[in-house]
Amino acid sequence: MRPSKPHTADVFILVGGLLLFWQVLFLLVGELAITPPLDTLLYAIRLLGRERFWPHVVETATAFAAGLAISVVGGLAIGLSLGFHRLSGEVFEPILTALYSIPKVTLYPMILLIFGIRMSAKVAFGTIHGIVPIIIFTMDAVRNIKPVYIKTGRLYHLDPATMARTILVPAALPEIVTGLRVGFSLTLIGTLIGEMFGSLQGLGFVLMRAIGLHDVKTIMAVTLLLVAFAASINTILLVIDHRLHERAI
Amino acid sequence: MRLRTNVLRIAVVLGAFLAVELLSRIGAIPRVMMIPPSEMLIALVRLLLSGRMNVHIAITLRNVGIALTSALLLGFVGGVVVHALPRLRRILDPLFASYYSIPIFVFYPLFIVIFGMGSIPLIIMGFLSAVVAMVINTLNGLDRVPRVFRKTAQVFQMTRARAVCLIILPAAAANIFTGIKLAVAYAFIGVIAAEFILSGGGIGYQISFTYYAFDNNTMYALILLILVLVTVINMSLYVWERRLLTRMGRR
Amino acid sequence: MSQPHVALTNVSRVYPGTRNQGPVHALGPLDLELWKGEFFSVVGPSGCGKSTLLEVIAGLALASEGTITFEGAPVAARVPDGVGVVFQEDASFPWLTVQDNIAFGLRRAGVDAEEIAKRVNYAVTFMGLKAFARAYPAQLSGGMRQRVCIARTLVMQPRLILLDEPFGALDQQTRLLMGDELLRLWRETGATILLITHALDEAAMLADRVGVMSARPGRFIDILPTGWPRERDSLIVARQEFGQVTGHLWSLLRGESLKALQNDQ
Repeated sequence: MRPSKPHTADVFILVGGLLLFWQVLFLLVGELAITPPLDTLLYAIRLLGRERFWPHVVETATAFAAGLAISVVGGLAIGLSLGFHRLSGEVFEPILTALYSIPKVTLYPMILLIFGIRMSAKVAFGTIHGIVPIIIFTMDAVRNIKPVYIKTGRLYHLDPATMARTILVPAALPEIVTGLRVGFSLTLIGTLIGEMFGSLQGLGFVLMRAIGLHDVKTIMAVTLLLVAFAASINTILLVIDHRLHERAI
Repeated sequence: MRLRTNVLRIAVVLGAFLAVELLSRIGAIPRVMMIPPSEMLIALVRLLLSGRMNVHIAITLRNVGIALTSALLLGFVGGVVVHALPRLRRILDPLFASYYSIPIFVFYPLFIVIFGMGSIPLIIMGFLSAVVAMVINTLNGLDRVPRVFRKTAQVFQMTRARAVCLIILPAAAANIFTGIKLAVAYAFIGVIAAEFILSGGGIGYQISFTYYAFDNNTMYALILLILVLVTVINMSLYVWERRLLTRMGRR
Repeated sequence: MSQPHVALTNVSRVYPGTRNQGPVHALGPLDLELWKGEFFSVVGPSGCGKSTLLEVIAGLALASEGTITFEGAPVAARVPDGVGVVFQEDASFPWLTVQDNIAFGLRRAGVDAEEIAKRVNYAVTFMGLKAFARAYPAQLSGGMRQRVCIARTLVMQPRLILLDEPFGALDQQTRLLMGDELLRLWRETGATILLITHALDEAAMLADRVGVMSARPGRFIDILPTGWPRERDSLIVARQEFGQVTGHLWSLLRGESLKALQNDQ
């Protein structure tokens, strides 16, 4: 889907609307269930100021970064190979679609059994979430390169490396970026879910602990931080995505 | 060519299966980590025959069913409404675009507090996971109805209702089907993830339970059950979609 | 008698069979000679192998049988130097501006920046793209994008230019105007031109000789000289001889087109 460029006024209306909805919800369900927008924001800021909070952030960030790196590198490598090798691409496509649709959380116990209750389990979990869409989108991007571009490359006697650099990569880039954007979000979600169990550090753990203690303030504040982070990075990637697709015919 | 790819595909899947089977049989994969796939299969069959998981299977299927149906209906209606109101659509667009980047499960505790433990939060999670995919794809589908189709409806002097039923919906069918496919997948993911993370019954919960109880056999049987169930459902939709699209000449 | 610029001898192309269908005899066997600096057009029913013919001459596809020579040297699996091709589909790169598109081949060939700037500037002006030099193809119409592709070919100073239905997607009036431009280009560069088209009037108006191909497998039924002067433009459509040439082409082609239609069914 190519979302149209939002006007600034509309964005304010949307955010305003959501905040209003939030406030109204608070008035309806009370402070035992949620905290209102302003309070949540203030508490979130306080949390960020606490020394004890940061090790959790670092833990999550490290696991996420590692998972993302593997997803991106692995996903691009596999996606490119499957894209260029017609037969492999065709054979694996439905398999990948099937992998994309399964609830990966069900594999979680298996990951724990294999990796133990360690950082590597979180990284693995994040990776299995993020790598699949990157593979799928990259593969599609390569398969959809117009054959006439490659014929044009042959007219100029381009060697494979130059062909890749000057024609193949720019042609496939818009779809690849979309895949990276989706992979980014899903890796984050996977990492967080991975942290919710058997982990003693990380934002996922903080969340689980707060749920257990019915610490509504912390639940809301951490949620706010996570949503804000995810949404802002996604928006930046969306703008890039949009710009690349604008030029595409 | 089709036959060759199908054969290769089956070979790949079978090959992976056999490889894992071999590795676990010779002990390269310790039993403590993972039991051989064949044993998973046997455990699953035994489990289903014994019927002791039937309650939980029923719970999950019911939760998914309710979540999916409401997501499809409300998602479709929502898509139609938003499509008819361009201003509203422009405002909501960033929300739709960012929706799936947000870890929705973080809102789960909120629902528990409001609705208590039990099935309702699970159904809501499934619903929230699926509904936006349906909305987005309904919007895409309606966008893609060529203007000339609407003009044709006018030439035949069709009423709005007939035009929608006979021309617009069939034209949007491909995208709407994509929406349905995604909604099914996401409903399963949403419900089962919620069951797993915060209980309430159902297969997801049972997987978590058997993990903590060191009951690997049952756990793997259940994991296999979910994988098979979801894959069969999604593959059926995929095949159905291809038939639909081929008939309409879109492939 | 000098050597032909391009010579095809007993060329044919057969696509190998697959599980679902037997081998497809797409082209030939045929012979063809193109003389240096001439404008040659090929017409024929759809599916007769016109595009295959072009790809084989260009070195983009291999002939199953026969030989092709360009400037005396054999053409096989590689596009020879000095050959330019304008494809049917839009081949302009959407990620580059118009001028970067046009400069693409020169940059890859390592031509120095000053020379590139000179040639690109010339091509941009010649093809009427001056105002759009910094625009992206997505912002241009189909006709403009084809001009970009032609300009990109032009700057390489090819001695043989092959065009595969370059104006297929354009309306009639634009096609006539583009035809004028193509003639200007031809006179300016002195290149040999092979133009594939399904439009009889286009072939009749532009070419020195028109080759009429049969239905698949395509072979030349006849090659018609038009006798036009070198300094011609689209206004020759007003001449009586134009009607005669076009009429003659159709009389040759009509039966073949019907055959092709039946083949499709």
